[in-house]
Amino acid sequence: MQAANGNAVPTDTTDYVTVFVGETMFGLTIDRVHDVFVPAGITPVPLAPREIVGLLNLRGRVVTALCLRRRLGIPGREAGAAEMAIGLEQAGETFALIVDGVGEVLKLGADTQEPVPINLDARWRDISLGVHRLDGRLLVILDVDALLAFGDAREAKVA
Amino acid sequence: MDDLLREFLVESAEHLDTVDAELVRFEQDPNNQQILRNIFRLVHTIKGTCGFLGLPRLEALAHAAETLMGRFRDGYPVSGASVTLILATLDRLKAILADLEATGSEPAGADADLIGALEAMASEEAPAAAAPPPPPLPDLPPIVERELKPGEVSLEDLERAFMEAPGPDDFSAPAAPAPVSAPAPAPAIEPVLEAAEPDFESAPEPTAPAQAHERPAATAPASEGSGEGPVAKVQTIRVNVDTIEHLMTMVSELVLTRNQLLEIARRHEDSGYKVPLQRLSHVTAELQEGVMKTRMQPIGNAWQKLPRVVRDLSAELGKGIDLVMSGAETELDRQVLDVIKDPLTHMVRNSADHGIEATNERLKAGKPARGSIRLSAYHEGGTITIEIADDGKGLDLAAIRKKAIERNLAPAADVERMTDAQVAKFIFHAGFSTAKAVTSVSGRGVGMDVVKTNIETIGGVVDIATELGKGTTFTIKIPLTLAIVSALIVKAGEQRYAVPQIAVLELVRVDPKDENKSTNSIERIHGAPVLRLRERLLPIVTLDGLMRGQAIAEESEIVEAGFVVVAQVGRQRFGVLVDEVFHTEEIVVKPMSSKLRHIPLFAGNTILGDGAVVLIVDPNGVAKLVGQSAQSGAATEAETEEVEAGDAKATLLVFKGGAGGFKAVPLSLVTRLEEIDASKIEHLGGRPLIQYRGRLMPLVPADPGIAIRSEGSQALVVFSDGDRAMGLVVDEIVDIVEERLDIEISADRSDLIGSAVLRGRATDIINIAHFLPLAYDDWARGPRKTVVKAPSLLLVDDSAFFRDMLTPVLKAAGYSVTTAASADEALGLLKGNAGIDLVVSDLDMPGRSGFDLVAAMRGTGGRLAEMPVIALTGTVAADAIDQARRLAISDLVAKFDRSGLLAALAEIGEAGQPADTRAAA
Repeated sequence: MQAANGNAVPTDTTDYVTVFVGETMFGLTIDRVHDVFVPAGITPVPLAPREIVGLLNLRGRVVTALCLRRRLGIPGREAGAAEMAIGLEQAGETFALIVDGVGEVLKLGADTQEPVPINLDARWRDISLGVHRLDGRLLVILDVDALLAFGDAREAKVA
Repeated sequence: MDDLLREFLVESAEHLDTVDAELVRFEQDPNNQQILRNIFRLVHTIKGTCGFLGLPRLEALAHAAETLMGRFRDGYPVSGASVTLILATLDRLKAILADLEATGSEPAGADADLIGALEAMASEEAPAAAAPPPPPLPDLPPIVERELKPGEVSLEDLERAFMEAPGPDDFSAPAAPAPVSAPAPAPAIEPVLEAAEPDFESAPEPTAPAQAHERPAATAPASEGSGEGPVAKVQTIRVNVDTIEHLMTMVSELVLTRNQLLEIARRHEDSGYKVPLQRLSHVTAELQEGVMKTRMQPIGNAWQKLPRVVRDLSAELGKGIDLVMSGAETELDRQVLDVIKDPLTHMVRNSADHGIEATNERLKAGKPARGSIRLSAYHEGGTITIEIADDGKGLDLAAIRKKAIERNLAPAADVERMTDAQVAKFIFHAGFSTAKAVTSVSGRGVGMDVVKTNIETIGGVVDIATELGKGTTFTIKIPLTLAIVSALIVKAGEQRYAVPQIAVLELVRVDPKDENKSTNSIERIHGAPVLRLRERLLPIVTLDGLMRGQAIAEESEIVEAGFVVVAQVGRQRFGVLVDEVFHTEEIVVKPMSSKLRHIPLFAGNTILGDGAVVLIVDPNGVAKLVGQSAQSGAATEAETEEVEAGDAKATLLVFKGGAGGFKAVPLSLVTRLEEIDASKIEHLGGRPLIQYRGRLMPLVPADPGIAIRSEGSQALVVFSDGDRAMGLVVDEIVDIVEERLDIEISADRSDLIGSAVLRGRATDIINIAHFLPLAYDDWARGPRKTVVKAPSLLLVDDSAFFRDMLTPVLKAAGYSVTTAASADEALGLLKGNAGIDLVVSDLDMPGRSGFDLVAAMRGTGGRLAEMPVIALTGTVAADAIDQARRLAISDLVAKFDRSGLLAALAEIGEAGQPADTRAAA
């Protein structure tokens, strides 16, 4: 899965779909992104882990929507603010990652990549693969599998 | 493994299963040539394929079995022993096939035992009496003496086939009816005909008329054969199950898309899509039905092994048992079929072993010697009903009642009140068996609980009807399919949910209470909502509340109008209050996301016609939450837990008070019962008093509705505490009952703890702590000289009932009380809260006991190591006292001994606390 995230081969460039949450720009390797859509009609799931916003219908499939803000532990967006969703797939299941906005696709090489700063919040560090230095801003690369690996501990406790 | 072998395995397994069933049929009907031919053909096919694939072990076994069966065809009498032997051979074949499937090669081993036995039986002389009497007996040469070659058809057999075949009258004369062609039922034996041919030549009288008669004789049985069910050739292809599953998923999605399109079309009146959409809708529906059908299998597939099972059992137990099956063609989803296969087998075994009596008993009871087990299946609405009925002795309900009480499954009084059907259901408890002797078949009490669990996991229910001496009928109702279910779409809060219809008994509309109208309305016992439904109290939970994680609804949250979905899961019945009920819809069940699967409330989710995702409520999950409501309620003080089964029984005094309602109070709190002369009641300062044992005792009505009598006698329940006493005025003292307390509902009326069913009556359990301050203003406030700082006490008890009972008492004694429901919770509180001065803990708690708690405290060191502890215990045993001493537990007090507890607390207070914090006692 590391390879799938594209930073294993240093000379190659990788395409990243950029998304925004608040002021931060995040990047997701393009091969993990199946869809970009505007989320609508989310059914909240009572008693669900707090990262999960609910379920939504994406072309006849039931997709579990999770909020990147909640996953990162930052306050939720204001009511009525714009939302976008990124369709991700893991182990045959589809997830929708709710973000504030989706930007362009960036082709980046390993030369701009830096390791995750050690002073970053642990929640962020756990789901980041690295940081790219771009002109005027930084791009945090998200580890899709780590991103979706939440709630497991909780599940184990309940079961 | 190559494809050929795999194909062979699949085919052979099917063949063997068929042979199994057919053999049992054949044993009962040995003259049925159809069955025999079918068996013969199947075994022959297996043998032939084995030879082709190079599987010598299988081939040799199949050959030996075939030989013996060949003898049957020759008219050798079909005995139980020979069928048993062949069945044993089939089992061996199956075992070898299983190995073959696992390893890809035939396992090593010898089958000389079986082959020897088969050959011995095959070469045995047929008893003369049983031999068929062919009319032209002298004409026959002794060719049958020789052991038949595999697949060979004997002359005698051919002859009999000929004789049995309908032919023109003029040829029915006894003149040498030697046919030339074998009544070959299937192509499998066809090549063998040549081998048989020479035998005919050696026959002495192959006369011309017989030759001429050959064709009609040969064709008649053949055509008969192709017309019979099991032999009938059905055009089929094998399709991988995964392919069908995938197809099913795709169709489900198509259905959803169609539904969405229809919804859109509904909104656009003038849409030109309408006609093609209609068409799409129809095609989709048909496609869905078709795909569903591919998943459907006749329930007979699950029954296939049963005739064999019953036959073996009947031989083992020495009883004659007939298995009658009807409705084997009833189809149901293969997923469901897989789940019920084993339970069905188990239930049939059970009926054969427990249900059907021994033959002599049956005769004595005037029943036919052979017992019968009737297995039937039929569709009924969206469910399939399977009945397993035996004509045996029926369940001995008296024995079950006794056993249930012995095993403490329910209090004796409850058991006595139960209906027969309820009592019968005790047999579904794990380890429950009333069989006097454990047989190899059953009696170990294992299994029926598994049966029930299996059936319930797929949303099915089991019912038992039994009549002593007449028999028992088990009725299983299961959904046709798990993929598409009928569900009730309801609304609770702001969301819609789907409730599977199978769990729903009925819908009841409830309106706000109105004295003038006799509408259904929700009543509250101490705040807990209940619904009176046909003379029964139904506990109500609100769906909205459940979704917010609370099983017990807060008073303010209950909308008085709405619908109660009456649901039943197992023996538990409850009502789920929802705001609105929309309609029923066939929904496609989609599994929950792995991230959400741990939530017990949901069975899955689905997409409705309007495209919205709704959650499917799992009635089993709700039932569990209703049962445990306590755990979640334990955190808040006012709520009372349902006392766990097996918890200490409480002795309660039941009395009537206020509008004829029954109330109860733990007897241990009561000092005395009195019947006083009402004329002796005096009033002082507007308060009723009576002179009692030389002092004045205040009287308090147990309910505002009770009027203190002015003449006649007045019943009083006297409570005393130290030198003070209080008389609780009641209408009538009814009874003293000892029952496991199942406080069903809690509330926040301070004069009641909750309500429980005692002897079949809903009874309020009163909170005596509410009444004491009414009698003495200062009772609640503790000693007159109030303490400067109340010592802080941690009360640890798993039962919310006891926590609620003791908390006011302890508060009244001047302590500030914190409660914990478990040792772990208590430890957490103790470590986190420096303000606690002493601990009162129950010793018997599920999980970590009170001793564990104290040991952990002592082990922590510092403040906790020294902290005084009073232990509450149900029974004071010697070793408990020892252990208590070792752990420096200050005192052991019996659980209901309130004054003992207060005395113990006072002692600690004297020793360690300032004197003015002493308890009131």
